[in-house]
Amino acid sequence: MESVGSIIMYLVIALSIILFSVLTVTTRKILRSATFLLFTLFATAALYFKLDYEFLGAVQIAVYAGGIVVLFVFSIFLTTHPGDSSEKLVSKKKVLGVFAALLTFAVAAFALLYRCGMALTKLPEMENPKMHEIGTALMGTGEYQYLLPFEAISVLLLACIIGGVVVARKR
Amino acid sequence: MDITILYYLVPSLIMFCCGVYGFITRRNMIAMLISLELMLNAVDINFVVFNRFLYPENMEGMFFTLFAIAIAAAETALAIAIIINVFRSAKNISVSDLSKMKH
Repeated sequence: MESVGSIIMYLVIALSIILFSVLTVTTRKILRSATFLLFTLFATAALYFKLDYEFLGAVQIAVYAGGIVVLFVFSIFLTTHPGDSSEKLVSKKKVLGVFAALLTFAVAAFALLYRCGMALTKLPEMENPKMHEIGTALMGTGEYQYLLPFEAISVLLLACIIGGVVVARKR
Repeated sequence: MDITILYYLVPSLIMFCCGVYGFITRRNMIAMLISLELMLNAVDINFVVFNRFLYPENMEGMFFTLFAIAIAAAETALAIAIIINVFRSAKNISVSDLSKMKH
């Protein structure tokens, strides 16, 4: 049995995820779209906090809300007039989009219902992963430790920096 | 009422479907990138939820999400560099107007 506060918390998070992600793709002003994306990412971070992954929620806020959305807003200001709205959708394109979304929904919902035994799993007890455990798992080479992906990510980020400079510089 | 795993998977599924819809209908490259970001985020939620509900003693899903967030950040930065470069040469970032490299 969950406590009432936990259920209310869940309802707020789930409804804001659904509402803001629908608004992100349906609003016609691009800057509003980026703002709604920010709210969706905050709701996701709240979901991580609710599932006891505090470190992941903090990373979500720092990287997504603090980094990526700012990048989006800057590039929107650089490439479009913020007041402009996109042109009205052609109904053919809209139908195609709705069809693809519904197809995705149907396939995933079928998979969910097909595995209905798994779908009713209750929230097990768990201790929050401590910062110390996360750090040793990130920096070790043993089983369930992630030094190699960590280094690969650092090389990827370096490649990304170089690529960004090369692509965006003035000729 | 118990909040089972299904209650977390459904919002993430709806988020993913919104991403698919936006990716197909939007013509602005940045708006398409935003839709892509929604889809990535929905997948991240799935990793974390499966980790938390099915294997609470391990941390694999959490680490996969951490690395996925880092890769998403790198990918977005590079994509925006390309978009700005395209804007500089074509003065437009609507995909329907960018047909120069098709031939």
